[in-house]
Amino acid sequence: MTKTTDGEIVHFDNVGLRYGTDREVLSDVSFTLFPGSFYFLTGASGAGKTSLLKLLYLAQRPSRGMIRMFGTDAITLPRERLPALRRRLGVVFQDFRLVQHLSAFDNVALPLRVAGVAEKDLTKPVADMLEWVKLGERMHALPAQLSGGEQQRVAIARAVIGRPEMLIADEPTGNVDPDMAIKLLRLFEALNRMGTTVVVATHDVHLLRKVPDSLIMRLDKGRLSDPTGALRYPPRPSGGFGARG
Amino acid sequence: MAMRLPPAFSGSIAQRLRSISGGSSPDLMPQGRLAGPMPWVIAIMVALTVIAAAAGLALSNTARNAADALSGGVTVQVVEANAVERDRQAKAAARVIQAMPGVEDVQIVSQGEVEKLIEPWLGARTGEDQIPVPALVDVRLRDPVDGEKLGALRRTVRAVAPAARVDAQSSWLRPVFKAIDSLQWLAMALVALLGVALAAAVLLAVRNALGVNRETIEVVHLLGGTDAQIARIFQRAIGFDAAGGGAVGLALGLVAVLFLGQRFSGLEAGLVDSGALGWIDWLLLALIPIAGVLLAMITARQTVVRALRKML
Repeated sequence: MTKTTDGEIVHFDNVGLRYGTDREVLSDVSFTLFPGSFYFLTGASGAGKTSLLKLLYLAQRPSRGMIRMFGTDAITLPRERLPALRRRLGVVFQDFRLVQHLSAFDNVALPLRVAGVAEKDLTKPVADMLEWVKLGERMHALPAQLSGGEQQRVAIARAVIGRPEMLIADEPTGNVDPDMAIKLLRLFEALNRMGTTVVVATHDVHLLRKVPDSLIMRLDKGRLSDPTGALRYPPRPSGGFGARG
Repeated sequence: MAMRLPPAFSGSIAQRLRSISGGSSPDLMPQGRLAGPMPWVIAIMVALTVIAAAAGLALSNTARNAADALSGGVTVQVVEANAVERDRQAKAAARVIQAMPGVEDVQIVSQGEVEKLIEPWLGARTGEDQIPVPALVDVRLRDPVDGEKLGALRRTVRAVAPAARVDAQSSWLRPVFKAIDSLQWLAMALVALLGVALAAAVLLAVRNALGVNRETIEVVHLLGGTDAQIARIFQRAIGFDAAGGGAVGLALGLVAVLFLGQRFSGLEAGLVDSGALGWIDWLLLALIPIAGVLLAMITARQTVVRALRKML
């Protein structure tokens, strides 16, 4: 097993991804994420943001290159060891991916149940979390009975309930009103201050300015736009970074 | 801007998440049936298996009891038209057999019993038009009859009763035993085939359920769910279906077996009566649904695990 350099949480080296025999959707992607940092991943639609996130949340193996996560070589890792790695991540999917036959409560409780938390221990935290995203009244509603914004809040609550080491969010504010968007960003920041590495994919440039201590990764046609710049092996953040971009 | 965190972030849940390896089996998906008709399919399979197994066990009992009863049995027929001479030879034969070593019992079958035996074929025999029937001597040896013992008996009997024919009782029923043996194999083959059919039905139902729940399974995987956890959900669901279906199938099968048993006992035929099921047989029949549940659960688990291995 290859170990990451001390302090690295994720390391991509010349990663390429293609689906089937099509052209590569990601090419020569190299970067390092450090614990406790806040990253925005930006780029136009079709730039490869979602594909890059899929590699990050271990839904996809790359076609080439090397990926290390939490000090583990994620390429050669046997699939039976993937769940342990995935439990260290929280993911907000672009299409929410809520389980349609489960209530909002059960969807948020899902990561805790997967991790084996006893029912008596998860009831209050899940109820509190739903209260916090202002869905306390709707905890028994099925996803189909919720609006797009409400579903997104359930998806976010599910991603953060287990306090992951790294939070990966794909357009997490796409369906919520501006007030809720700010509130969610503040939640991500608060998690970030507690040590969670946050990666938020967004095409909303206004969002980038709202988190001053963030780093920005920009994808353009499957490549990081400045692969030789700060985002390729960026130095360990010290004293805070200003948003670049 | 200071941000108040949700109360859930007290740290305790996070601590627990780190420490649990995922060995438990939470209710990740509803415990609904895998497929509507599945319990009924299992019920029918179990009922047919119970009936086939009961038939096999009854045949086995019939063969064993008949073999036990006839293994030491020898029949002496004195085929003599003259009634006085016939009786004399029968008595003489009985006397010399009684004196032989290894003989447990010798009985001359009374004329009345002989006539009762042949009545179904010749009708009630009255008056003077009676066809002479052989005198019968029923001999029971301590050990099973073999060729040597039968030869010795024949030599001894012929010396005092020249009209006597000596036969081992088991030799008459050899074709019947062969037929019973074939039926037993058929019953076992039916039980095995029904087991295969049950496994196939479960396999199809689980594959269908996997397809329907693919999205949920992917989400559970991405949240850190293991193959074992997902397989347990399907295993448990099919277990419930199989348990319900198995109980109904056992009840239906037992009703059919009891009904058939009652009908066969009405025949009052010794060979059929000897096939009655003992308590061990009933216990074996009761174990069929349990075996069905185990088979269904193992099939479900193997199917799910194999399918999940194709996913990341």
